[in-house]
Amino acid sequence: MTPALAALVPLFGLVTEPVSLAHYLVVGAILFAAGVACMAIKRNALGVLMGIELVLNGANVNFVAFASPFLAGDRARSLGLDGQAIAIFVILLAAAEAAVALAITLNFYNNHATVDVDRADDLKG
Amino acid sequence: MVEFLTSTVGLSGWLAWTIAAVVSAVLVLNVIAGGALAFIWAERKVSARIQDRLGPTRTGGRFGWLQSVADGIKLLAKEDLMPQGADGLLFRLAPYVSFCASFCAFIALPFAFDVVGQRLNVAVFFVVAVLGLEVFGVILAGYASASKWSLFGAMREAAQVVSYEVPLGMCVVVPVMIAGTMDMVTIAEKQAGWFWNWYIFHDPFTFVIFWVYVTCAVASVNRAPFDLAEAESELVAGFHTEYSGLRWSYFFMAEYGSMFLVSAMAAVLFLGGWNGPVPLASLAGLSAGTGDTAPYVVRLLGLANLVAKASLGVIVMMWIRWTLPRLRIDQVMATCLKYCTPIAAVMFAGAMLWKIALPGGLVPGLSRPGGEIREGWLPGPGGAAIPGESTRDGSLARVTP
Amino acid sequence: MTPTLIADVSGVALPVAAINWHALFFLLFAGIACGFAVAVVAADNVVRMALYLVLSLAATAGLFLLAGAEFLGAMQLMIYVGGTLVLLVFGVMLTAQGPLVTLASAGGDRALAGVVGAALLGMLVLAGLSVPAWRQPASGAVVEPAAAPLGMALVGVRVDDPTANAPAGVRPGYLLPFEIVSVHLLVVLVGAAYLARAKRRKTPRAIEVAASVEPPAAVAEHAAIGRDAALRTGSVLSGGPA
Repeated sequence: MTPALAALVPLFGLVTEPVSLAHYLVVGAILFAAGVACMAIKRNALGVLMGIELVLNGANVNFVAFASPFLAGDRARSLGLDGQAIAIFVILLAAAEAAVALAITLNFYNNHATVDVDRADDLKG
Repeated sequence: MVEFLTSTVGLSGWLAWTIAAVVSAVLVLNVIAGGALAFIWAERKVSARIQDRLGPTRTGGRFGWLQSVADGIKLLAKEDLMPQGADGLLFRLAPYVSFCASFCAFIALPFAFDVVGQRLNVAVFFVVAVLGLEVFGVILAGYASASKWSLFGAMREAAQVVSYEVPLGMCVVVPVMIAGTMDMVTIAEKQAGWFWNWYIFHDPFTFVIFWVYVTCAVASVNRAPFDLAEAESELVAGFHTEYSGLRWSYFFMAEYGSMFLVSAMAAVLFLGGWNGPVPLASLAGLSAGTGDTAPYVVRLLGLANLVAKASLGVIVMMWIRWTLPRLRIDQVMATCLKYCTPIAAVMFAGAMLWKIALPGGLVPGLSRPGGEIREGWLPGPGGAAIPGESTRDGSLARVTP
Repeated sequence: MTPTLIADVSGVALPVAAINWHALFFLLFAGIACGFAVAVVAADNVVRMALYLVLSLAATAGLFLLAGAEFLGAMQLMIYVGGTLVLLVFGVMLTAQGPLVTLASAGGDRALAGVVGAALLGMLVLAGLSVPAWRQPASGAVVEPAAAPLGMALVGVRVDDPTANAPAGVRPGYLLPFEIVSVHLLVVLVGAAYLARAKRRKTPRAIEVAASVEPPAAVAEHAAIGRDAALRTGSVLSGGPA
């Protein structure tokens, strides 16, 4: 039991030491990569749309992390208000783009009775 | 509480924080659960009196005090059913999603001066945002029940709640604009004093906005006359048709919690919050800041005031439910898009013009003397402006970094 | 916050220090966000994918609140989770009929996408960890979050941090992007409403195409499916027959 406990000791640092900016960037990277994989894998058009939302959220996490003066630490200055303003506009534009993408998907469903993107091959040469 | 635990009881820092957080969470949970108990009884009594009968008179004495407890025991003992074609995970998850959304909004709700779970600078925005998340529990429940009644009820309720968020947001913006901040503690503090300081009497536009807010709030929590999502005469029971026993009671508690929450928000935003119609505490010379027992007395009075106003709001909602007939879905949508939204927009413009033209109010002597709390601007280095927040005694201090 | 020794278990000194609550909640929210993001990729049932996405984005809102962006956290909850995702879930409900609920991709495609995703993740994580200044523990000023400077910036007046690299009063506000986005949202609203309107077609085009090449026996079945699909999209709100 002692070696196992000794191996766990470094993990205690995760909840005792403050997190750094890099932690937030890693979270943003995971969200982004998951979104890209989702866009690539899914056959359901709405699944692709969900991938887009994940990508935009990963970018937002990065922006907010850079905008936080608390996480800036030893850096001279954080992005401050600019980062939060950019994130606001990203959220607004993501909402607009989701609305249009959903309208297109519903239109496609009305015409073809399916949302399978593999069946969207009418224009295929 | 944390200082008390660390200094007097002598616990280490993290244990004190943990205990303080758990106690706060349990308190809020009991507000919802205890409130649901009281409101179930009140609903049965109010509906009975409106329908010219007595209501529960047997369980627990002449007034049926223990009827809610009996209902709770009955719900706990019911069989836990799940339809055959239902999606198990989603079916089980839906009540908790609804309840969590209702519960989380209480974090930002102040019950008295500085008696608040977390004093957020964007409290109003946060509460309105979290209330809108309740719709996910409804949609999940409707879909996962594998029943057409549930699905239709869920879709109608989702469309209704999401549509009414727009006029609700506009109604809520008016007191925020008058106060100059989204912090609910500050908004209620600015209405201290006699009852003519309340924002509902601030200008006629805010008065109208209050009634539009009441309409949108009733629609938001799906109470009659906007309750066709759970209408017995049309959809059996809407999205919670297939739910019974304890799972159904979670939806129930979420609904009563939301009713209490929107009533408390109306009280904080329009009806002075924890300030009574007569400022008893300041007349008696008590102040919330100084002394040993005075702060507790003042806060207790404030708590009683807020709970009384919110409960009054809930009882008015029940009164409306058992008096007015139900609206059809197209009437619900028309009310939102053709009536509530334009009226809210025009009243918002009117309130803004009133505030610009008559900043001191119609009768200047009646406004609250001194201590104008506002988020203002201080001169900073290089001629720029830096944000400042006024303290209780009226001076403007820098926002502490 | 130096670790103090309060436990000595069978010879191992456990540095159980004061818990850094920011770190604990960061781990909680980050774990939920990343876990459910991966679950979105892994799930096949489109309704469950939507649920996992909701949970992931709600946890992201928690991350925003932890980083001190209170207004942004509330905005994420209200607009992204409470608006965009409700829209998405509506779309899922309208199209999740029968065989369309679970559309699984081929195994080879998933493996390839997994490799590409892992490579992208590795590159991004390496880039994020490459700058030493970004790996310093958070020790900056704890600023009381306020929405007023953000609101003023959106109206065009910058009141934050006058020691910025531009002279005071000259830093650009966000009034123009604000107006552009407002017009953009209006245009999108009108366009999406027009695109997704219920059309008065007798039978969808796919049925007409199918009718010209398929034997007559299958036409009736396809027409029934098409009619159901066309009716369903327009009639859910009015409660018509399923």
